[in-house]
Amino acid sequence: MELRETLEKKGFVVTAELHPPKGTSLQALLAAADKLKGKVDAVTVSDNAGAVMRMSGWAACRALQERGLETILTVACRDRNRLALASDLLGAASLGARNLLCVSGDHVVLGDHREAKPVFDLDSVQLLQLAAELAEGHDGGGQALTGAPAFLLGAVVNPNSDPLGPQLLKFRKKVEVGARFFQTQAVFEVESFRAFAAQAREAVSDGGAKVKVLAGVHVLSPDEVGRLNEAALDPRVLPGLRVPTHIASGLIEAPGKAVELAGSLIKELKASGLCDGVHIMAGAHDGEAADAVLAALQAAGL
Amino acid sequence: MIVAERKPFEEIKAMLSGYPRVLVVGCGTCVAVCLAGGEKEVGVLGAQLRIAAKMAGNGVQIDETTLERQCDREFMEPLAKDIGRYDALLSTACGAGVQLLAELYDDKPVFPALNTNFIGVAEGPGVWTERCRACSDCVLGLTGGICPVTTCSKGLLNGPCGGAVAGRCEVDPERPCAWGRIYDRLEATGRLDELAAVQPPKRHNIHVQPAQIVHLAYKRRYGL
Repeated sequence: MELRETLEKKGFVVTAELHPPKGTSLQALLAAADKLKGKVDAVTVSDNAGAVMRMSGWAACRALQERGLETILTVACRDRNRLALASDLLGAASLGARNLLCVSGDHVVLGDHREAKPVFDLDSVQLLQLAAELAEGHDGGGQALTGAPAFLLGAVVNPNSDPLGPQLLKFRKKVEVGARFFQTQAVFEVESFRAFAAQAREAVSDGGAKVKVLAGVHVLSPDEVGRLNEAALDPRVLPGLRVPTHIASGLIEAPGKAVELAGSLIKELKASGLCDGVHIMAGAHDGEAADAVLAALQAAGL
Repeated sequence: MIVAERKPFEEIKAMLSGYPRVLVVGCGTCVAVCLAGGEKEVGVLGAQLRIAAKMAGNGVQIDETTLERQCDREFMEPLAKDIGRYDALLSTACGAGVQLLAELYDDKPVFPALNTNFIGVAEGPGVWTERCRACSDCVLGLTGGICPVTTCSKGLLNGPCGGAVAGRCEVDPERPCAWGRIYDRLEATGRLDELAAVQPPKRHNIHVQPAQIVHLAYKRRYGL
């Protein structure tokens, strides 16, 4: 089923994240995809996540679509100017991509090509606007297109932001320009998500747009657990992961509990009615990532 | 002002190898204020070069002069009478000054002793922070006087991104999130609603590099 339809009809949507390969070999990615097929509603393909260079998402998405999976193409603003972004969106659409996740992108200095020039010609709000313009049949400069894409637009929001005000401001803008689904950065406790969820609903209630929010759940790998102490002192060590201290210490003692933790969180989130689904991310890669996702779903009873 | 830093000494020394008679040309404006290329720094650099040459057994002549600034030809023209005595010029001006010096004395190799960093302000003695990227499209009126182009690591016009941790930038936890600061300042002054509008993408072609400005009065009078 197309994601647009799934989001409308299904009470609790499940998406998972996979990274394209660092190289031309799609073997491991496809093996992971085969494991997830039928078990998740869509797979989000990342875009040089963590500013670590990988194969372009549109190519990986095409491969996954051909394998029968519904995909969400992440498009970051870090690496491409507005022309290249539009080119990629048109190319991706011509190859069957229909769901986008428009993000700013982790800064270059966090990744493995630290001397590269950070682009950020557009920010995520402007990128959503560009995608919406392309869908209306014209490019960013107003020129008509021969063939317009059809996109379901998505974006990210960080429910852990402290303060939350600026993040909600951004969230409202994203909805204003057309974002209709959100995948959040990883949460580790339902209670911290509750505060965000209430304010997020209020932030867009006057807009009238029905926006779906998928809470991010991250299954920490043993390697990531091993770096939690370091990350507590320097957030750059595990970008995007804010693990509360009491949960971190529990995991450090028993890294194997990561799956169980993710599973019970998913279960709680579903029961809470605070979100429209979950987006599951794993610290592991490829096949192991898929295994972690499936194990978490099983632990959640899904 | 322009903030620059002196290049590592070894790099400067390597540039000058093979040139026995060098004039170190200092600048008394921005780079003097940020303690990188003014008269004192020229004195130190000249001494370092002479000592290094002596230790290596090289005979060199390192002379020094510091001009008011190197971004105006009038201050550099007086060098003409003595320039023939030197094989190379080492300029401690910012990149703009080095270029103008090189343009005026284009038969001589001109080397930059500094790395020019940014347009910034003094936070206190010895500390300067970047504040302006000379983007030609100033939005400071929209953001409470805090530049998102420069002080946001990603230059977002619709910020923040999701990377800030406890109000600190994902790039450097020592730095505050610029958009957090913008939000706070506008909230404190009751102007938060000014941030609601979606800002359009930056116009990068207002001045296509290398830009040129002609003052209106001069355009009118001299038809420039």
